[in-house]
Amino acid sequence: MTAPHLLWLLGGVAAILIVATLIGQALRLRFAPDGTNPVIENLNARIAAWWGMVALLSIAFLAGRAGVVILFALLSFAALREFLSLTVKHSADHWSLAAGFFVILPLQYWLIWTDWYGLYSIFVPVYAFLLLPVVSALRGTTKHFLVRVAETQWALMLCIFCISHVPALLSLEISGFEGRNVILIAWMIFVVQLSDVLQYVWGKLIGRTKVAPNLSPSKTWEGFVGGTLSATLIGTSLWWMTPFSLLEAAGMCLVITMMGFFGGLVMSAIKRDKGVKDWGHMIAGHGGFIDRLDSVIFAAPIFFHLTRFWWTV
Amino acid sequence: MQGLKVAVRSLLAIFLGKVILLFARFVTAPRALWSGIEPIPRQRVYFANHTSNGDFVLIWTVLPMALRSRTRPVAALDYWLTSRLRAFIGRDVFNAVLIDRRPESRAEDPVSQMVAALNDGFSLILFPEGGRNSGDLALLPFKSGLYHLAKHRPEVDLVPVWISNLNHVMPKGQIIPVPLICTLTFGAPLHVDANETKDAFLTRSSESLLALSRLEEGT
Repeated sequence: MTAPHLLWLLGGVAAILIVATLIGQALRLRFAPDGTNPVIENLNARIAAWWGMVALLSIAFLAGRAGVVILFALLSFAALREFLSLTVKHSADHWSLAAGFFVILPLQYWLIWTDWYGLYSIFVPVYAFLLLPVVSALRGTTKHFLVRVAETQWALMLCIFCISHVPALLSLEISGFEGRNVILIAWMIFVVQLSDVLQYVWGKLIGRTKVAPNLSPSKTWEGFVGGTLSATLIGTSLWWMTPFSLLEAAGMCLVITMMGFFGGLVMSAIKRDKGVKDWGHMIAGHGGFIDRLDSVIFAAPIFFHLTRFWWTV
Repeated sequence: MQGLKVAVRSLLAIFLGKVILLFARFVTAPRALWSGIEPIPRQRVYFANHTSNGDFVLIWTVLPMALRSRTRPVAALDYWLTSRLRAFIGRDVFNAVLIDRRPESRAEDPVSQMVAALNDGFSLILFPEGGRNSGDLALLPFKSGLYHLAKHRPEVDLVPVWISNLNHVMPKGQIIPVPLICTLTFGAPLHVDANETKDAFLTRSSESLLALSRLEEGT
């Protein structure tokens, strides 16, 4: 049941990447064969990294539930490492930060694995939220206390709670869709990331009016409208592999591409505040893990709850 | 039999070195910024701020392999010889130049030990603050070792390396590291001027290191 649709989607992505690779190489040959045009070089680095990311996701999808849960636990780890590298902290926070990585993260993913919805949906926003500051408070200094605990909580919410809602999609029980939940993940990530890419493409081609000039020079209204609409169009055309009808799929696409855009905006604001251009350096051409995940972080929990509220039994 | 034992020992050292590298990368995802100097095989003394025992491991990790095998950290004998495992890591894995920080008990002069390593063609990793800095000051005053090295071997590049965030990864006295990204900024090399005083040189080298910390914050 799963295999054909998933393979078609992955095959489609591979086809897009082949075309993108050819275009990238052609641009390079045509305009700067010596590799001196930074925009073209960055484009090619991004496409090369996309091949790697798609390969990794495909392996996880084909490995099934365990593969997906482990992959997103690792992504949470990498994202949390990036986020907490930039937050305000004190040596008094050492135990609460270590607990974030070595207790809260594994517990959240264990709850996802065992499908304990009642606990994984409140574990970070309630228990971690209330108990972690106690650890910091007991260990002394009150200097910048509120900033320290608030920034740590944001890190946990974005990097653990939100990201874990991607593998959580596997446990939704949708009648008539049994055994195919991995399509929900593949389709959501495809639409959200495609929207990011198309916003970049539309922005580069016809982008004029900046959305928030002091936030990000690359986000334009033309890119936003063109990117979200074209991604919605393409995502909607794949409605037949989702549990949604054509119109429902269109609405869902619109919601998740908008959320993805908001994610990019908010995460850019945090980067500006912290005085960095990228979250990290691990993904060539893209920056850090959060630079690539920001839209998924904002889209996943909303997509999860909308689907759960209206489509599950 | 003796030969076998040596071979096993060195294999074990190589293996443990790889494990430590992997662990350092997993925990800190260290990034080297070569700002004013390139990672080429020249003889150098890398001098860095010292906030954690993981400091030299990070420098060692981000150096290209060819440079790493020719670079020896300078470390405190009174710390590294306290257990057999530590002694194995210090001597066999990192090939450290172990110096005794206690003038009353030491058999060898630290400066001549370091100069001897330079004479053998090795580069060095040195922490001129002398001990770990766990206070609020960005840098403690430098000990004079760096100056004496510069005087003995004036042609060797003295390279400032600013390590950021590691003090949060593993504050003094903690055992469990918190995974955070560390950045290592390598700056332009220094050499001692012919008629520069010890204090002037130490101040200048300390300032060059602090300048890198501000550079790193600005990016």
